[in-house]
Amino acid sequence: MRAAAEPLLSVRGVETYYGNIIALRGVDLEVSRGEIVTMIGANGAGKSTLMMTICGDPKPRSGQILYDGTDITAMPTHEIMQLGIAQSPEGRRIFPRMTVMENLQMGASLVDPNHFEDDLKRVSELFPRLKERLHQRGGTLSGGEQQMLAIARALMGRPKLLLLDEPSLGLAPLIVKQIFETIRELNENEGLTVFLVEQNAFHALKLAHRGYVMVNGNITMSGTGAELLKREEVRAAYLEGGRH
Amino acid sequence: MEYFVQQLINGLTLGSIYGLIAIGYTMVYGIIGMINFAHGDIFMIGAFISLAVFLLLTSVLGFAFLPVVLLIVLIVAMLFTSAWGWTVERLAYRPLRGSFRLAPLITAIGMSIVLQNFVQITQGARVKPLPPQIRGGITVMQGSTEAGTIVVQLSYMQMIIIVTTLVLMTAFTLLIARTSLGRAQRACEQDRKMAALLGVNVDRTISLTFVMGAALAAVAGLMFLLLYGVIDFYIGFLAGVKAFTAAVLGGIGSLPGAMLGGLLIGLIEVFWSGYFTVEYKDVAAFSILAIVLIFLPSGLLGKPEVEKV
Repeated sequence: MRAAAEPLLSVRGVETYYGNIIALRGVDLEVSRGEIVTMIGANGAGKSTLMMTICGDPKPRSGQILYDGTDITAMPTHEIMQLGIAQSPEGRRIFPRMTVMENLQMGASLVDPNHFEDDLKRVSELFPRLKERLHQRGGTLSGGEQQMLAIARALMGRPKLLLLDEPSLGLAPLIVKQIFETIRELNENEGLTVFLVEQNAFHALKLAHRGYVMVNGNITMSGTGAELLKREEVRAAYLEGGRH
Repeated sequence: MEYFVQQLINGLTLGSIYGLIAIGYTMVYGIIGMINFAHGDIFMIGAFISLAVFLLLTSVLGFAFLPVVLLIVLIVAMLFTSAWGWTVERLAYRPLRGSFRLAPLITAIGMSIVLQNFVQITQGARVKPLPPQIRGGITVMQGSTEAGTIVVQLSYMQMIIIVTTLVLMTAFTLLIARTSLGRAQRACEQDRKMAALLGVNVDRTISLTFVMGAALAAVAGLMFLLLYGVIDFYIGFLAGVKAFTAAVLGGIGSLPGAMLGGLLIGLIEVFWSGYFTVEYKDVAAFSILAIVLIFLPSGLLGKPEVEKV
């Protein structure tokens, strides 16, 4: 019973530096199993740094990161990912000179190859556009298609925890809606735990069960998505004018 | 005509050896963006290991059946040379990863000097001869000129070199294109950070790249030993520079480019020696490199990729 109450991911007092410049000033947060948690914040607040710190690159200078009861703070990136975390990172980072198929195969690197056909079918249903472009090079896809590929690639790893860094960045509102809808379905139907970092606060807070607000490397507010949406400070800073 | 065909055969043979070495340069450059200047010396070590194993098998243990002996020599040389390549990467380059770009380059030059001097001290500075092992060949064509009859020969040795190179190149291209290891290597080449995020052990993949390059250099070392019959601690330098030139000519980072560049450098060298002067063969090879790079800065097959951001 203890295990069920324990959060899947907990970040405790994490401080990350780039050289001598501090990027995260003691971040605490928790993501429980089956939750969608979002973190909103302005450009440069440290959201992506937090995502990458969870994955072990860069390593925090102090603090602790626990995943599924294991201390992953000092683990090398590839070993952390083996525990069932997948990330669709900032900037999408599609392998440009590999086909869509090969990008998906890379996503499945850690999974038993017997699952590949089924998983491929599943992501093709989620993103039919990718199916049409399986043998096209990643670098030739449009921005929206690359975003879909980045999420599909992460899903091919059969993660327990999916980290999404700004999936809406640079995308048309319709595609954003579609991607957020997909995330909700994955969460509801398959119990996938999602930690989502967004500048697009309105959509993210509507989607998420809980949210955090990050300012300048600090977490300044937290609460349920609905609560945060009502808060005056949140509305003023992240919603007015930023709403689609 | 006959003279031309003979030079063509000789050029392809020499070019195959350069191509095998060039792959090691191009793969390492592709994955970590450094020129491994010690790679030519890894080739030299491959030749020495080949010689040592060959002498051990024939003179000490008394094996006489040449094909089996050569096969064992090939395998053992590939294994041991790979171990050298792995060690060089582990000791000299990995600790510098993430340091400024020039650091591993300088270390590579240092490593090259270390390897040369190590072999010079342990094996002596004199050339090591090996009597020709594979004699004979087939006559491809015959013709007569005022000067007499010209016989175009394709020796068995040349055949072995060309065929082995073809087989290895095919195997290698398939390995890179089709297997998960090859995919991981290409992923590390394109985006190391992302590869790690997908669970690829980047350090291990880089090590394996060095191991593969060294294994092919060992094959080249054995071929060189059998073809020329003399080696010394210094053969890695010029062969290395030539193979590096081949890799750049073909487009550094491109596997087929390395092979093509190797063949071209081999052909240029042989034809220049055959029709003009032997003394200026290196000048010819490097001049052509310079000319090609003026018009095709990324080499013959290297394509600068336009990436969408």
